[in-house]
Amino acid sequence: MEILGFLINGTLVFATALIFAALGGLIAERSGVINLGLEGFMVSGAFSSAVTAYYAEQAGLGAAAPWLGCLAALVFTVIFSGIHVIASVRFKANQVISGIVVNMLAASSTFFMVKLLFDGAADTPVITNVFHRIHIPWLSDIPFLGKALFQTYPTTYIAFILVIIVYYVMFKTPLGLRMRAVGEHPGAADTAGVNVNRLRAWSVMVGGSIAALGGATIALTANSSFAFNTISGQGYIALAAVIFGRWHPVGAMGAALFFGFAQALKDQVQLYEFARAIPTEVFYMLPYVLTLIALIFTVGKGSSPAALGQPYEPGKR
Amino acid sequence: MNKLKALFAGESVKISLLSIVLGLLIGAIVMIAGGYNPLLAYQSMLEKIFGNAYDMGEALRAIVPLIFTGLAVAIAFRAGMFNIGVDGQIVMGSLGALMVGNMISMPPIIHAIVAIIAGTLLGGLWGALVGVLKTKRGINEVISCIMLNWTALYLSHMVIKAFMAEEGTSRSQSIQESASIQINWLSGLLDGARIHWGFALAVVALIAYHFYMNRTKWGYEIRAVGNNNHAAKYAGMNVSQVVIRTFFLSGMLGGMVGTFEVLGVFKYMAIASATSGLGFDGIAVALLGMNGALGILLAAALFGSLMYGAQGMSFGANVPGEVIKMVISIIIFFAAAPGMIRWLLNKTKRSKQANREG
Repeated sequence: MEILGFLINGTLVFATALIFAALGGLIAERSGVINLGLEGFMVSGAFSSAVTAYYAEQAGLGAAAPWLGCLAALVFTVIFSGIHVIASVRFKANQVISGIVVNMLAASSTFFMVKLLFDGAADTPVITNVFHRIHIPWLSDIPFLGKALFQTYPTTYIAFILVIIVYYVMFKTPLGLRMRAVGEHPGAADTAGVNVNRLRAWSVMVGGSIAALGGATIALTANSSFAFNTISGQGYIALAAVIFGRWHPVGAMGAALFFGFAQALKDQVQLYEFARAIPTEVFYMLPYVLTLIALIFTVGKGSSPAALGQPYEPGKR
Repeated sequence: MNKLKALFAGESVKISLLSIVLGLLIGAIVMIAGGYNPLLAYQSMLEKIFGNAYDMGEALRAIVPLIFTGLAVAIAFRAGMFNIGVDGQIVMGSLGALMVGNMISMPPIIHAIVAIIAGTLLGGLWGALVGVLKTKRGINEVISCIMLNWTALYLSHMVIKAFMAEEGTSRSQSIQESASIQINWLSGLLDGARIHWGFALAVVALIAYHFYMNRTKWGYEIRAVGNNNHAAKYAGMNVSQVVIRTFFLSGMLGGMVGTFEVLGVFKYMAIASATSGLGFDGIAVALLGMNGALGILLAAALFGSLMYGAQGMSFGANVPGEVIKMVISIIIFFAAAPGMIRWLLNKTKRSKQANREG
């Protein structure tokens, strides 16, 4: 039972960053813009939050530092989501390539800036004022469940609340309806008076900032610093979660939890004698192989937004 | 799909050249903003590339993989598809070549040839898997490529640790000397730069690619599917088969990169925490080279020497080499959105006219 508690707890912690990033990707993709730039947005978020938290800490702001870091991630990442918007929405560049450009640019420029800011060092100094696990009064005292669900980082709770918010906005409000319309049939949305490209631009930028929170989560909980390998592919996994979750917030959350579980499993299972005979790589591989297998059995045509990847050109059917 | 094709085929050389200029210019601005001297930086970059025989040879060595990854990405682009799984195909190519090179004993030359075939085939099959998943199960190639990249990486670690572990290091054992494809006399002439037969094969691959795409039925099919796969199907082509074949060829080209890196350059495989990223550089090469053989050669030469020269920048001008990665991504940014350069050109033209009139 105790192991199960650790496993669930680990799943939540690992899944948090992926949930943020997947939600961010989902918002952009639902509006019709492929978002391969998630990796870059996460890198940007991790970088800006770590640097801001570090300087806030130096300025004596203490416990407010990680929150300021998150705020900085939201704002700073607009640079990169803006680049994606300019290339893929304004100038109708290929959206996959634009996303890859964002990733390359984010990786190289943040690493450049770290070297610049910290005298040629390859990573930021360790930040002491990061997010700490909070024990929710009473609830965390419940045997088993308390340890599993109610002793974790504040960011984890925020991520789950955000799933509900995104679900509500996307499916229960006029704004959400317009967003989905723009992703499914931009021509019809345009006829109905929606400014397609403006809505797409906003979706990419809001999504980018939410994805940046995922990066900030990694930098300010598990790592306590930022280096070039802080993110290492998490953005791509988040994109897989979007597709695996069939472009639905709850589905994407489920997929993110699945990846989180695979990562937590890797850490837990190594404590056991019987598992040591299995090469570690098997556990590393597991999330990717399982995703492929799951896709083989679940993907049907027509689950992605109909206009995904197509720049909108008025007057063209 | 057809728009993708048009994007890569129809653009003028002018836009590519302007993209390069803008990339280097913005790179210089970034350096000035960071308090560095861009002229000194670019100068030490050039010195690093052309400084002596060894560096020139090593710069050539850095260009070879980009030619192959550029071709690998381009052939898929031509069919209207993205192969961002080249990184994984490189890993599988390395693994195939390493296994034959390390675990089997054969006479020289034959050993090398068998190792090249093994690596190339394994890369090709890993690529074909993407095509099969796409055509049989409708799985988007971007997502399966990402999954297969990581799978390949960890699979290679597993095989290396099980059969070819070099105790106390994070790399595999070396290949046997009989499988080496290094050209020793040429390396000797270039002060030990790691020149190998892969360079000659890169030239062959460029010519073969040109003829295959433009002069054969199979190349025509690939282009037809890329232009309009519905029309291709209507014309009686087996689209699924073309897609799988394209990914097989693309994977083979990726596999060759891995093969040559193992047999010609490093002689072993490192157990790295991530894939090489050469496949993503291939996207840059294919895009700037507009998917043509000559363009790919030139773009690979440019990016390969820039990346190699970046080491000189940090050494000679104390500028972090990441600036070059930024320059390269800015170049692709402009090359990918030609509308932007046209817009800029129109803007300057108009303001000139306004000046004249006013």
